[in-house]
Amino acid sequence: MDILKLISTSLEQGEDERVRDLVLEAIAQEIAPAEILNAGLIAGMNVVGEKFRLREIFLPEVLLAARAMYAGMEPLKPLLVQEGIPVLGKVVIGSVRGDLHDIGKNLVGIMLRGAGFEVVDLGTDVHPERFVDAALAEQAPVIGMSALLTTTMPAMKEVVELIRARGLQGRIKTIIGGAAVSAEYAGAIGADAYAFDAAKAVQRVKEMIL
Amino acid sequence: MEDIRERLRSGGVILGDGAWGTLLMQRGLKPGEPPEALNLSRPEILEEIATLYLEAGAELITTNTFGGSPLRLRAHALEGRTEEINRRAVEAVRRAIGDRAWVSASVGPSGRLLKPYGDCTPEELYANFERQIGVLVAAGADLICVETMSDLSEAALAVRAARAIAPAIPVMATMTFEDTPRGYYTVMGVSVAKAAAGLEEAGADIVGSNCGNGIETMIGIAREFRKHARLPVAIQANAGLPVTRDGALVYPESPEFVAAKAVELLDLGVRIVGGCCGTTPDHIRALRAVVDKHRESARA
Repeated sequence: MDILKLISTSLEQGEDERVRDLVLEAIAQEIAPAEILNAGLIAGMNVVGEKFRLREIFLPEVLLAARAMYAGMEPLKPLLVQEGIPVLGKVVIGSVRGDLHDIGKNLVGIMLRGAGFEVVDLGTDVHPERFVDAALAEQAPVIGMSALLTTTMPAMKEVVELIRARGLQGRIKTIIGGAAVSAEYAGAIGADAYAFDAAKAVQRVKEMIL
Repeated sequence: MEDIRERLRSGGVILGDGAWGTLLMQRGLKPGEPPEALNLSRPEILEEIATLYLEAGAELITTNTFGGSPLRLRAHALEGRTEEINRRAVEAVRRAIGDRAWVSASVGPSGRLLKPYGDCTPEELYANFERQIGVLVAAGADLICVETMSDLSEAALAVRAARAIAPAIPVMATMTFEDTPRGYYTVMGVSVAKAAAGLEEAGADIVGSNCGNGIETMIGIAREFRKHARLPVAIQANAGLPVTRDGALVYPESPEFVAAKAVELLDLGVRIVGGCCGTTPDHIRALRAVVDKHRESARA
């Protein structure tokens, strides 16, 4: 099996040390860093995302694969920066005010990073102003918001309204997701996109800013 | 108060209560505020809701302590008030219902993931539940209700903590499943069969499922539990999954709909039924009628 395929399958298995070793080996073989990233790490993460979407695997496997992704990125990052390979774009994410649930949000972060985006994770219980301030400070064109609870969802609307009030519509786009959220709700509050799951979130963000 | 396990042994179905969150919001819980904070500031609201559910016919009344474990409270800088928050929740329900119903002390997930998936050790999680459950038991809870769990290891740690603190207290443990193409699994990949075996092994007296699904999916989950569990099964479904109507969020399943479907749960041999998110005292009243009718027909 070629080494990129090995990286990809080892990542699927969540073998973090092996993934790092294989990436080092690929670098030594003078395979282009971007190719190691795309055909190795991201290819593996895509498989993991799809399997999770179909629930052929579950959260534990995804978390281990993500850890392997980070392990593989470690030796690769400086080379990517050196070669000036652009990241796809920046996304600010967080669970909205009052919401402490972060499994879904973390998953979206993992998948976005896996797809090549730079992710600024504000954590949980993020107040509306913080979302907008962070997007401005980081020059991120997208804010991703997660809410598990119907009680915390209204905070999403506040963020959308805040973006309008500050005259930032068009410059900062919003995408929402989480157990309680729906496409209808996104439409009702004026969010730019809704994603049913982490894989869809990556797709929608790509559609929005690429 | 009779031990709930005795009641289960003598047959019949026990009715639980419905959701608390919506009722708390109607009475002043602000968006973003942890529901458990009201245990300190407005305990009279807890008494009012407990009374509403008691009058609707519920025999198990839940305490407002779902997020009352110290790890959960830490996120709101309320960890230091763990004892007060949990004690007052039990006391408020007891004041309202006396011994006309059981005080079911809710214990929800810690919000943390165990190693290697997260950063929490089993020891930390055990200590987390031990501290909360210790207060709930000392305050006079009739049973411990470990609920909405996705991770079997975490659920088992909570059940074990309850068992160690109060060997005699009844423990109910329910998990939240998804309807996947390959069957019912929690997001952590726990099947109903594994949940039933693991929760019993940890020392639970009652096993089952709550939250995450409307009643129709729950019927399928109940069927699986009845296939795999030796213990009495409890099912507490949401009033469907929330939808937007006229800009507001509503849970779509009406009391009549839930009651009509609940007959199937009872026919499957589910022993405890009640509601989760989106259910109201009206849902419980409708379920009361179903449970009573089932009892009569069982006698006939």
